Amino acid sequence: MKGGLAVALGAAAIAAAPLVASTYHVLLMLPFMAYAVVLLGLNLLFGYAGLVSFGHALFIGLGAYTGAFLTTHAKIRSLEVILLTAAALGALVAVPVAAVCVRYVKIYFGMLTLAFGMVFYTFVLKFYRLTGGDEGTPFLRPSLLGRSLDAMPKIDYLVGPYYYYSLAVLALAALGMWRIVHSPFGLCLKTIRDNPAKAETLGIGVTRQRFYAFVVSAVYAAVGGALLGPPTGNVDPTLAYWTHSGSIVFMTLLGGFTSFFGPVVGAFVFIYLQSWVMSVVPYWRLIFGAMLAAIVILAPDGLMGFVTRRRPALAGRT
Amino acid sequence: MILEAVGLTKLYGEFCALDGVSIGVDAGEFVSIVGPNGAGKSTLINVLTGLTRPSAGTVRFKGRDVTGAGPAGLARLGLARSFQLVQVFPDLTVLETLQAAVVARLGRATRLFASLGRDREVQTGAREVAELFGLADKRHVPARQLPQGDKKLLDVASAFALKPEIILLDEPTSGVSTADKTTIMNTLVAASKQIGLSAIVQVEHDMDIVFAYSDRIVALHQGRVLADAPPAAILADQHVMDTVIGRRAETPRAAAC
Repeated sequence: MKGGLAVALGAAAIAAAPLVASTYHVLLMLPFMAYAVVLLGLNLLFGYAGLVSFGHALFIGLGAYTGAFLTTHAKIRSLEVILLTAAALGALVAVPVAAVCVRYVKIYFGMLTLAFGMVFYTFVLKFYRLTGGDEGTPFLRPSLLGRSLDAMPKIDYLVGPYYYYSLAVLALAALGMWRIVHSPFGLCLKTIRDNPAKAETLGIGVTRQRFYAFVVSAVYAAVGGALLGPPTGNVDPTLAYWTHSGSIVFMTLLGGFTSFFGPVVGAFVFIYLQSWVMSVVPYWRLIFGAMLAAIVILAPDGLMGFVTRRRPALAGRT
Repeated sequence: MILEAVGLTKLYGEFCALDGVSIGVDAGEFVSIVGPNGAGKSTLINVLTGLTRPSAGTVRFKGRDVTGAGPAGLARLGLARSFQLVQVFPDLTVLETLQAAVVARLGRATRLFASLGRDREVQTGAREVAELFGLADKRHVPARQLPQGDKKLLDVASAFALKPEIILLDEPTSGVSTADKTTIMNTLVAASKQIGLSAIVQVEHDMDIVFAYSDRIVALHQGRVLADAPPAAILADQHVMDTVIGRRAETPRAAAC
């Protein structure tokens, strides 16, 4: 009940932000919402299946480039078509990648995903004709629900229709993921995280469950990646670079991978903290590095850990 | 014969853990496998449940060759097991653990968008097993917070939740107090009647339990079947009693099979 109230309040706050917050802060909400979609998917793999991927920038890049290619080269501007195509391509690429990666666990899984990520990065960097190389490809302003909004000033478009469109996608993504983690599939995934040998003796196909989790997380990353494009209007290879994979793992740890909304909170704090630290000192990576070390040592359950850890104590007192 | 192993041999390098073991289990039987440490009991269970591939020999389950079918495949066919060292899902509650087993039994593990909470069959199935094993009061307790005896019960209960035809228990009462042992065994036997289990095979060190519950005892020694007879016959056989219960295995073996 309390959790439901917190989610409702959070959603209301995001919905009200364009009315009360400054344009600068509202614009920062756009990458937050895009990353939140990515992280909901990533955490199915990280928090629920116990597999840490260092290659999900591949799928973010894939989604973003899909949008850039469709708007620039294929003259398709519909965001619905872009998101669906990104999701489909994400799944298509994830199938062979997952088939290889999920046979391994721990560091071997992480390294394999990293390797696939690097292959894709090199591909987007070198296939100049298709991707524009290091300059990237423009992501032209997409139409929303069949309506072209090219006449609108860019800022109005982003803090208005595009903002609420992103929020709707995030809400749908969260609902979908909530269903997945509370499904029979989600439960079996947790058994594998906790004790794969025991799960196997119950007749649960360990690699099959991991495979599905990987593909779902890739679809989420591709959709989130496509949402990252319109605010900047350009898609470049840094989106697919491995440090970007690291950043999303950082966001997950920051918010807490043991809670459903932890990664979403992590994305929010990461984006705002990054913009603030960057405005104060030029060495934001230095500060973030120290923060990451502190989280791993002092708060392995992330920011949400403080909320969930206190709850049983309170319950015990009454 | 529901489960049949013929000529099972398992080599670990030079070491011969199983040396041509043949055993059969009929429907309705409670079979105990006994033997001194290193006799090959756990290896035998692991081979029978598909966890370990034998170097030679075959395992037949309901007349079908299941050698190397793997634990997940065998579980789906109706052969379940529990472990010597208790195996639970630390962060899952008692009910969640049992629900997972029921989900697996019903083949619903890949239902991504179905609601677990609204799956009647899974909910009631898990609850029934929790009650059967006296774990209903603790159904919302995470497995890692359970006392050792309850963890052991949960491990066995999750195997029962698969409604298997045969269950193989690797020391179901090891590591629990004597008082808990009887409780576990009585619960287990009662539960097996409830779910219509057709056979139980257990590895057990506690001879009181072995003689109290078994229809037949298979004594292993140095990877070979030393005796395969009802409890009364085993009790009367001085050689077997000495080897299996009286003394430890004399010398470590390095012999080839």
